[in-house]
Amino acid sequence: MDDPIPLPLDGLHTELGGRMVPFAGYSMPVQYPAGVMAEHLHTRAKAGLFDVSHMGQVVIRGENAAAALEALVPVNVVGLAEGRQRYGFLTFPDGGLADDLMVANRGDHLFLVVNGAMKHLDLEILRKGLPDHSVEMLEDRALLALQGPSAEAALAGPVPGVAGMRFMDVATFDWEGAALWISRSGYTGEDGFEISVPVDRVDAFARALLSRDGVMPIGLGARDSLRLEAGMPLYGQDLTPEITPVEAGLGWAIQKVRRTGGDRAGGFTGSERILAELADGPKRIRVGLRPEGRAPMRTGVALYPGADATTPCGTVTSGGFGPSVGAPVAMGYVPIGTAVGSVLYGDVRGKRLPVTVADLPFHQPRYRR
Amino acid sequence: MKYTEDHEWLEDTDGVVTVGITGHAATQLGDVVFVELPDVGRTVTKGEEIVVIESVKAASDILAPLDGEIVEVNEALSDNPGLVNEDAEAAWFFRMTTTTPEEMGDMMDEDAYAEFVAD
Repeated sequence: MDDPIPLPLDGLHTELGGRMVPFAGYSMPVQYPAGVMAEHLHTRAKAGLFDVSHMGQVVIRGENAAAALEALVPVNVVGLAEGRQRYGFLTFPDGGLADDLMVANRGDHLFLVVNGAMKHLDLEILRKGLPDHSVEMLEDRALLALQGPSAEAALAGPVPGVAGMRFMDVATFDWEGAALWISRSGYTGEDGFEISVPVDRVDAFARALLSRDGVMPIGLGARDSLRLEAGMPLYGQDLTPEITPVEAGLGWAIQKVRRTGGDRAGGFTGSERILAELADGPKRIRVGLRPEGRAPMRTGVALYPGADATTPCGTVTSGGFGPSVGAPVAMGYVPIGTAVGSVLYGDVRGKRLPVTVADLPFHQPRYRR
Repeated sequence: MKYTEDHEWLEDTDGVVTVGITGHAATQLGDVVFVELPDVGRTVTKGEEIVVIESVKAASDILAPLDGEIVEVNEALSDNPGLVNEDAEAAWFFRMTTTTPEEMGDMMDEDAYAEFVAD
C-alpha cells in the first residue's frame, strides 16, 4: 500500500498530540490526548472541531447540471433551491450503493461532498455520466466540521453571518480575505457546520476556531461513535455495493418526484430495483441494535434468531460503545418484518449474546431547522 | 514488579501472581468499556487468551503470562472498566498460582520495560 498522504493540517494535528492512523489513504488523527470518550461527550456538550479534508469536494458546472445529475443521483436535485443542500447517493445499475454524499446548489454550480475512500471512483462515475459537464475535484480546499451546541457561537466569532443559517443551508462567507464555503450540517447528530477552506488558510482558520470558547479538536474515533449514536450509516460498513438505498433505510432521501408516479420518476442508475423496493419493500432493512450487558457488538458479528439457531438472519455492520447512551450500540441488517423490540443473538467470540432490535437514532439530533 | 512483551505487569506475593496491563498498554487501547474476566478455578496455559478487553476502538486480549490456575478476578472491572484507564497499575485483572514461577525471573524489570516501549 502507498504511504498515507498527510492532510493540510498535519502539523497542527501533531502539535495537538493527535494519534495519527492511515484512513482512506490519508494520515488522520484517530484521537487526541483527551481520548475518544471525552472527545465524544465534549462534542455533545460544547463543540468539536474535525478535520475531514480527506473527503472529496466536487464542483459540477454546465447547463442544466442539476437535471443531468439526476441520472446518477436518485434525489430531487432540480428542485434544490440555491443556497440549499440535501443528502443523496450514487448507485450502481443493480441498485447497490456506490457512495453517499451531500449535494448543494451554489448558484452557478453544484457542490458535492463525497466520502474520502470513494472519491476517485465517484469522480469516474460522475465524469462518465456527465460527459457534457465539467466535473472537478477540488485539491485546493480543505474541509473542517465544527459540531455541537456551541458550534454556532464559536463560528460566529470569526464568521458572524453563520448565525442566520438554518439546517442544510449553504453560503459563502469571507474570513480575512479567504472564501469559506459553509453548510449547516454534519455527521454527529448535533447542530453544526461543515466549512470548506482554501488549503493555504486552513491552518490559521483552524487555530482561530480552536481559540474560541468550548472548541476542542476531535478525532476519527469520536466521529464514528457520534455518527453511530445519531443512526447515520457509514459507507464501507453500513452502506456497500451489495446494499440498496431502500434496504439501508434511506428511502426518505428519494423525494416523490423521483418515485413511480412522480414527474421525474426513475431515470437514474439502478432505478428498476430501487423503485420496485420502494413500492414493495426490500428483503432486509437496516435497524438499530442494543446489545444487553456491556459487551460491544462490532462490525461483522452474525445475528441469529435464537440462542441455538444454526443459520444467521442478519449481520452487525457498525457497533461499539455509545458514550452518550452509556451502553453498547450497533446497527445492522435484519429480515424485513423484524419488529423493534425483537431479541436476536449476536455471536461474539463464540458466545450467543442477546441484542434487542431498536429504533434509530440512539441519540435524538438537535438541528437548527 | 515484572513485565511481559505483551504489556502485562505481574506481581508475585507469596506465590500468588497478580496480573494487570501497563499504563502504556492502557493508553494505546484508549477508553476501556468492557472487560470479560476468566472463571475462577480455570487452568490456563501460557499464551492462552483469558481476558477480553474492549475499548472504544477495538477488542483485544490479555494472554495468560504463565501456566497455572486463576484464583481470583477483579469484579470491580466488570462494573467499571474505566478503572483501567484511571490507574492501570492498580486495576489488576486476575490473580493466579503458577506451576512455572521460575519464568518470572526471565521477564523484564521496570527499567527494561521502559526501554522496551521506548523502542
